[in-house]
Amino acid sequence: MTAEPITLRVNGQHFEVTVPPNRLLLDVLREDLRLTGSKRGCDDSSCGCCTVLADGVPMLSCVMLAASYQDAEIATIEGVAENGRLHPLQEGFCVEGGAQCGFCTPGIILVAKALLERNPNPTRQEIAEALSGNLCRCTGYTQIYASVEHAIRKLQEAPVGSGKA
Amino acid sequence: MANFSIVGQRLPMVDGPDKVTGRGLYTDDLALPGMLVGKILHSPHAHACIRRIDTSRAEALPGVKAVVTGRDFPNRYGILPIGHDETAFAVDKVRYIGDNVAGVAAVSEEGARQALELIEVDYERLPAYFDPEETMKAESNWIHDEKPHNIEKEYHHQFGNVEQGLAEADLVVSERFACSEVTHAALEPHSTLAHYDPATDRLTVWSSTQVPYYLHLTLANVLGMPKEKIRVIKPLIGGGFGGKSEVIPVEVEAAVLSRQAALPVKITYTREEVFYAHRGRPIQIIELTIGAKRDGRLTGVKARIVQDGGAYCGYGPVTLLYSGALLGAMYDIQNVQFDGYRVLTNKPACGAMRGHGTVNTRFAFESLLDRVACELGIDPAEIRLRNQLQPPCITVNQLRVTSYGYPECIRQVVEKSGWGEKRGKLPYGKGVGIAGSHYVSGAANSIIRSEMPHSTVNLRVEDDATVTLLTGASEIGQGSDTIQLQLVAEELGVRPDRIKLVAADTERTPIDLGSYSSRVTFMAGNACLAAARNLRKQLFEAVARVWGVSADQLEARDDRVCAQNGSGKVMSFEQAVAAARQQFGTLEATGSYAPPAEARGGKFKGAGVGPSPAYSYSAQVAEVSVDTETGQVSVERITVAHDCGRAINPMTVEGQVEGSVWMGLGQAVQEEMIWNQGRLMNPSLLEYKSASTLESPEIVPILVESVDPEGPLGAKEAGEGSLAAAIPAVANAIYDAVGVRITSTPISAEKILKALRERQKPQARGNGGRR
Repeated sequence: MTAEPITLRVNGQHFEVTVPPNRLLLDVLREDLRLTGSKRGCDDSSCGCCTVLADGVPMLSCVMLAASYQDAEIATIEGVAENGRLHPLQEGFCVEGGAQCGFCTPGIILVAKALLERNPNPTRQEIAEALSGNLCRCTGYTQIYASVEHAIRKLQEAPVGSGKA
Repeated sequence: MANFSIVGQRLPMVDGPDKVTGRGLYTDDLALPGMLVGKILHSPHAHACIRRIDTSRAEALPGVKAVVTGRDFPNRYGILPIGHDETAFAVDKVRYIGDNVAGVAAVSEEGARQALELIEVDYERLPAYFDPEETMKAESNWIHDEKPHNIEKEYHHQFGNVEQGLAEADLVVSERFACSEVTHAALEPHSTLAHYDPATDRLTVWSSTQVPYYLHLTLANVLGMPKEKIRVIKPLIGGGFGGKSEVIPVEVEAAVLSRQAALPVKITYTREEVFYAHRGRPIQIIELTIGAKRDGRLTGVKARIVQDGGAYCGYGPVTLLYSGALLGAMYDIQNVQFDGYRVLTNKPACGAMRGHGTVNTRFAFESLLDRVACELGIDPAEIRLRNQLQPPCITVNQLRVTSYGYPECIRQVVEKSGWGEKRGKLPYGKGVGIAGSHYVSGAANSIIRSEMPHSTVNLRVEDDATVTLLTGASEIGQGSDTIQLQLVAEELGVRPDRIKLVAADTERTPIDLGSYSSRVTFMAGNACLAAARNLRKQLFEAVARVWGVSADQLEARDDRVCAQNGSGKVMSFEQAVAAARQQFGTLEATGSYAPPAEARGGKFKGAGVGPSPAYSYSAQVAEVSVDTETGQVSVERITVAHDCGRAINPMTVEGQVEGSVWMGLGQAVQEEMIWNQGRLMNPSLLEYKSASTLESPEIVPILVESVDPEGPLGAKEAGEGSLAAAIPAVANAIYDAVGVRITSTPISAEKILKALRERQKPQARGNGGRR
């Protein structure tokens, strides 16, 4: 297939790449833009490791055609920390053990971020439902819940962008 | 309680920030200029001779830089010295669907795929063997010519006198158990980047491995290159669980393709390839007999185990030996018999998976022990306490037990789960079950039969008074880098962030045998302590000279060195380092660990597997509910107590214990590799049914700290020992809930429903349970 130039907006930055129309967003992110935080863990969109946010909605970049998302605001794990400061979710996954091998972590943090943006105080059941499309083989999920709940507390104390530490 | 400042803290993992920001690099995240894509041609047949391979059309395809077949690199390898039966690619025959036939390296993935399609292979199909009991009857067409009747290995162990033990018993029960195959399914697919540089004749390999050192040895052997010309680097690893603890074909294949192409080559498995690479927990058929006195004391145990090994040796005989060695060793049983067969079939090879070798036998033993307790009218928690070991002791099969928190684990889970109020008292359909398990804190005997230390750690103090910790140990997500750092910080009395870790790079770090058999905390941890103590000695010597005091009056803590002689003298760590530099010029130390001779076990054939310097213990109570209309079981809660010796980092220990229990639950109720004539029916994460959040119960971890006399500050393993007990705890809870015993895994709705219906038939017999 003929490669064509496209423009993507990822983590607030514009990127111009020339790719065939069947090229997947995950491959563009990982290979063309060298944003390797999004992972490929399966062949059939069943693991959730490649999750990105498209206009704030969690989506699987392994089944998204890059050329179809030129109008969307794409967010990957690389854009979650602001000015070198970890997002409360990222901090939570460090201090509560939610990241063991870390391979599922980028996808899970992005799904949790989208959840907390629409529901700042979810119950454990609501967290479980939101994360049900993201597999983890390490933790048994308990410390993932604790990590998200750490972020919920931190965000209630000082919402991101409020200027409070 | 000892007075520690860093040990015992819930220190966040040192590689956490890299993992949560996407900065951290796993093997597939790496790229080199001019890097080629490697792809593998897999066998479509379960058992066939290769008559002819024609690669000429593939080689002629533009963009193809290398095509390799078995004859190009025929040196045999395997993780065990007794099992060198694999080659980079099949030389004359293929032995399972998915076996490795040829490899190509091309400038694009599409080109590599096209090249695979252009390779012509003529196969002559052979009769294939899929059933572990049938394969032993084969008279011809053996999978490996040198293994008659497809029996890879058999072991026959008798300790004490089992027949006499069973004759003395008041109750003897027997049962046949069958466990399906399960696999690691680490989320990171195996990946290897190999770079052979013809200018220097050197090979550098980045690989998703738990065992960089063994990979190093294997590559030298397969490529016929001196070890010094090869460097193996372990990047971040996206989970292992044993699946990356032996050399996986992709690692060798990337290396030989790079050697051939003289360019960097990366191969990353598809998920389907990961399933076919396998090396997971085998099918085992376990015929088990237990004898007991009226008071519940066990008089003998006898097991016959047939293990379906797949087509190659791998870790197989070790798996089988663990099944025998740890069968009865967590209890005081004087008469134990084990007959084990590791047989070959035309399926992917099995290998080491979390809880290696102990899991299926534990399911069988703890299930049957529950039946013994019920038939004797003894509380299943109590019968376990009545058979406890009296450490320090040596078990009948020569395993030395130095610390033993198992009774405390049982007491804790009984109390915290409300066992007494629940067992036999919940409404029909709900129940509780208890079970135990144990595991080695590292194998006392190395695979390569070397007297070399199992772990060595070097410390170097830099100009800015930071400490570089050089370790060969392999962080795979379990937190071992953090544990080593905490131990060194504790011993040196410095802030953890003063320590920089350099790990698992065979050119820069000392030798460590790798992350398997739950050995890293115990062995690399002890090496860390030894190195830190050597370094501290030099530091104290220098400070003592400055102050004119004796070095044994000094203490290091909170980033300072203090005199404990009432003088109140204090020096910062930086000042102490400066003083030591004045005296010694450089400040470096090394430490190593080898298990003591007394921990290395007996002398009989197969005695090398099972011995460990220390054992962890676990007890669990499962609470389940069973839908009696559908047979569907749901596990509602697991209360688990794990004896980890000492929790160096309670957060990571809890994470390991929870993860182990969760993985055990997967095998208990839903995970299974489903085979049909050597073809895997569910080679994807969707069909393999790895539990999502919604299928995962609450897990309540309790840490029991028995403080082992030889563990690093008392620590033992935490990453595997709690897996096994989850399965029988669930099985026993199902019995408590609905009165049926399921003797195979996974414990599916179909099996429960069938058992419930059988019981309703008027002619059905059985022990009935409490209903």
